[in-house]
Amino acid sequence: MGGQAAGAVLPEDHDYALWEKRVDALMVLCSSKGYFTVDGLRRAIEDMGEEAFETMSYYERWVAAVNQNMIETGAYSLAELGERMELIKARGNTYGEAADA
Amino acid sequence: MPHDHHEDDFHHSGMSPSGHPYREDDDRPLTYWQTMEIAMREILIEKGILTPAEIARQIDEMDSRSPANGAAVVARAWVDPDFRHRLLNDASEASREMGFDIGPLRLIALENTADTHNIIVCTLCSCYPRNLLGLPPDWYKSRAYRSRVVREPRKVLAEFGVTLPDSTTIRVHDSTADMRYIVLPRRPDGTESMSETELAALVTRDSMIGVGLPKSPD
Amino acid sequence: MPELVRVKSMMPPGHVRTPAYLRGKCGIIERALGEFANPERAAYRLEKEMQPLVRVRFTMAEIWGDAAENPDDTLDAEIYAHWLEKAD
Repeated sequence: MGGQAAGAVLPEDHDYALWEKRVDALMVLCSSKGYFTVDGLRRAIEDMGEEAFETMSYYERWVAAVNQNMIETGAYSLAELGERMELIKARGNTYGEAADA
Repeated sequence: MPHDHHEDDFHHSGMSPSGHPYREDDDRPLTYWQTMEIAMREILIEKGILTPAEIARQIDEMDSRSPANGAAVVARAWVDPDFRHRLLNDASEASREMGFDIGPLRLIALENTADTHNIIVCTLCSCYPRNLLGLPPDWYKSRAYRSRVVREPRKVLAEFGVTLPDSTTIRVHDSTADMRYIVLPRRPDGTESMSETELAALVTRDSMIGVGLPKSPD
Repeated sequence: MPELVRVKSMMPPGHVRTPAYLRGKCGIIERALGEFANPERAAYRLEKEMQPLVRVRFTMAEIWGDAAENPDDTLDAEIYAHWLEKAD
């Protein structure tokens, strides 16, 4: 990325949403407990490719990368994750409804 | 810009019709990635890998860090030459000395002088002195900033409203590995009589990234 | 005499922390930082291997040639020892 042509730097910023802070917390806590290193996180993000950078937000890439590392380390299985995600979707249509089990 | 697709998700939280602050992310349609966050968190808690209290504490710590922490460090360095020396020697230790819990962060302070100006970036991802300044602004993580500031720092600075003479050497610092950086900006003229607290109020986040200058005392 | 080094110009795939725009460029060692875990192993959960890490200072002229905004401006980056070779 360094040195490539790109447009103006727009002074963009936003307050982080609760779900984004939770992703950040999961990253910090799981890496501090030794499940992966910051390099493992970066590697998973890089492996998503250029398209992910254009189509996913920062914390969307992070949650995908934390999950990838936790799957690789055997903390839980893809089936466990998939089944839980289905249950959560059934709880409601908004983050607020789905997150408050 | 990577965030354009999600612009609606990124508006600041406002007030509800009843006059209470609310979190917009709570009442928007649930996304795939939010569902993954909830699922991962619940599974990790059930398996005893994390506790709800740990997560809450981590978020509280994150919320408690802000550019005001860095500003306090800078102001101390402006008024206390011995502290300035310790800061430039080991910025992690100097920050801890001021009571900031910066964890294992390896911090290097880069001093702006009459003829040098420092700017920080992370071209490979978005490394930032988050344990001292809080989470980075969106533009710091943008493709535009990360691509351009290593090649045309003067043009990027101009877009931030900072123009430096050719005689000033610009030093760009790419946080490629294990260090994190904070710029120690120059103390503005006309601040000789100001207190440390008053000085800290002049220190902006952008001035500690190097894309801005501290505010003037008037 | 400042030590002059060149960043190896190799381009292996996978996770490395050496930016592409610095490959093959020469700079001086600004300071040594001590030893850190090699990220190319940590990223794949391999046993830890320590590598010396140094800050290398490049001139913008060295990196960008005639396209540099100001040839004497500099860029500093942290580079692991296994990515550096002696230059003269």
